[in-house]
Amino acid sequence: MRWKTVEYSGWGRVHKASGDMARPERVAALLDTVKAEAAPALGMRRSYGDACLNSDGKAIDMTRLDRILAFDAETGLVHVEAGLQIGELLKTFAPKGWLPPVMPGTGFATIGGGIAMDVHGKNHHGAGSFGQHITEFTLATPDGPKVVTPSEDALFKATIGGLGQTGPILSAKFKLLKAKGDVMVVTERRVKDWEEFLPLLDNSDATYTVGWIDATAWGDNLGRGILEEAETGGGLVRPAKRGKKVPMDAPGFALSPPVVRSFNAAYWRKVPAKGRTVVKPIDDFFFPLDKIRDWNRLYGKAGFHQFQCVVPVSEAEALREMMEKIARSGLASPLAVLKRMGPGRAGYMSFPMEGYTLALDFRNNDKAERLILKLEDMTIAAKGRIYLAKDALARSANIAAMYPEHAEWLKVVQEMDPEGTYTTDIIRRLKLRDPS
Amino acid sequence: MSQTWIILGATSTIARAFARMVATRGDGVVLAGRDMAELETIAADCGIRGAQLAEAIRFDARDPASFDPILERAKALDGTISAAVFVGSMPPQEEIDADPSLVDGTITDSFAGPARFLTALAPLLEDRGKGTVVGVGSVAGDRGRLGNYVYGSSKAGFHAYLSGLRNRLGRSGVHVVTVKPGTVDTAMTWGMDKLPFLAQPEKVAGDILRAADKKKDILYTPFIWWPVMTIIRAIPERIFKKMQI
Repeated sequence: MRWKTVEYSGWGRVHKASGDMARPERVAALLDTVKAEAAPALGMRRSYGDACLNSDGKAIDMTRLDRILAFDAETGLVHVEAGLQIGELLKTFAPKGWLPPVMPGTGFATIGGGIAMDVHGKNHHGAGSFGQHITEFTLATPDGPKVVTPSEDALFKATIGGLGQTGPILSAKFKLLKAKGDVMVVTERRVKDWEEFLPLLDNSDATYTVGWIDATAWGDNLGRGILEEAETGGGLVRPAKRGKKVPMDAPGFALSPPVVRSFNAAYWRKVPAKGRTVVKPIDDFFFPLDKIRDWNRLYGKAGFHQFQCVVPVSEAEALREMMEKIARSGLASPLAVLKRMGPGRAGYMSFPMEGYTLALDFRNNDKAERLILKLEDMTIAAKGRIYLAKDALARSANIAAMYPEHAEWLKVVQEMDPEGTYTTDIIRRLKLRDPS
Repeated sequence: MSQTWIILGATSTIARAFARMVATRGDGVVLAGRDMAELETIAADCGIRGAQLAEAIRFDARDPASFDPILERAKALDGTISAAVFVGSMPPQEEIDADPSLVDGTITDSFAGPARFLTALAPLLEDRGKGTVVGVGSVAGDRGRLGNYVYGSSKAGFHAYLSGLRNRLGRSGVHVVTVKPGTVDTAMTWGMDKLPFLAQPEKVAGDILRAADKKKDILYTPFIWWPVMTIIRAIPERIFKKMQI
């Protein structure tokens, strides 16, 4: 396998890495590479922090192994290679009336990445996490392909949400969901404040529910936002125009507090006071930001952080306090999401827990980093956890509190990879592979 | 009327992107190459994405015995038959300099094998009176240069062959497109440094399909290579022989 020295970063562009990368285009080439010089597998590098980095080490770019291997039109069972992007899967199957069972906020994420992070989507309260839909996956091991089913319980749970530490995932099987059509019927409702928001989320019986929250509004307006509830539907809508690109790093003022505040206020008012129902192309609803390629450059050269936590339902008050702190700081960007999560999770290190999850972007600077560390403390106090796919700042001392099954995960991972071949930057930063 | 593409060298990066594109719009694909396991995988992918027919078949440019079963298969197919040739090999020039026997293989892979196959296929295409032949050459075939002139001269030969084939098949309504890609981000170029205007395979495949649909004769892809090669071709040999580009 030929290796290429590349510099790369996570989606937030705060952490960077440089190292040799292989990019196999054939299954045999991947297996040869794993046998001769195994290294952590990477997908589209949509993790925000350092989960997709291996500084000064090797890595395997999986994105060219992206074939759909089998599809059963009776049951919806699909077998795909790990480098396939979830948005590609949607594009291929939505016209035939099938949807990926769970879709994260970007369609660029790969199936392998979706498994390694046990991603969730706007239907988590009903459909659970992506990993819960996986019926089988194949790992590329030095001894060849290894098919893993839920009967190998520990390895299954250590791989799903396992940050790639059991080795490269070659392919996976899961069932697609039957859809009514390839458009989304979305009901948007203005939410006036925090007190109104949570019950709306709790009581939503829509298949897909998500809240946009104005993280710059405080006082009486604290927690105002827009509730989006959606179902698939039939009909004709022009496909979303894609491919607009951010040509360069934006200057600092582009997302300065006054700009964000005015944008958010206008965005909130865009939805009529009585609410409205709109029909959207399917990828517009699931992957709104993918319309603008390289949107991460909007945050300028210094990059940005995403903070995402989940806290139990009983700790809603703690989340309100976090929201207040964020609003007062004036540091948040327009990208802020509040969602009700169900209990569904499939791995030892999976993020989801029954409760509320809050995700916000912050332009990278000292103030934002201090705020995020404070929010991490508040999350721990609220018995919640931070999403490692987004994280760039969390401290290793908090892992045990956030991820109580860490020890079980570590045991399996050490058996599969005693040499630590698949260790990445996030593993080192959070000391996840250190003996506990 | 349905169209089926015989794709030679179907495991190559650009061929894969091309096969996926024509499959998505419903064309049939007969995927020919050496690595049967990979070909079967690509065929499965093409079939699920919409190809009305997706098959794998063995093809080795250095083994003419592998040609006949493909020709037989083509004859048995209804509708429009088209062919797209993506085969070629480019050993580093230093390796060829050290082992001149590599010259033969390079010429067979990049020119002689495909030319022999297409010559054998031509009567069928003439008979059907429609269809397209896509021949993938290279900008390296526009001028022999220090870095890869054995590969370049093979592709130059292939270009001249395609030009003649166009002349012949055009008379019966079959169109021939000569494709001259620049450097493309493939397994072959992965890890090579300083590649100018590096293009993504999906972009090149899209250009090829458009050129085939529009019956373009010669395609430089990405387009920047047309002015670049126009200049490089215009440099007098007296000066060019001292240059290192």
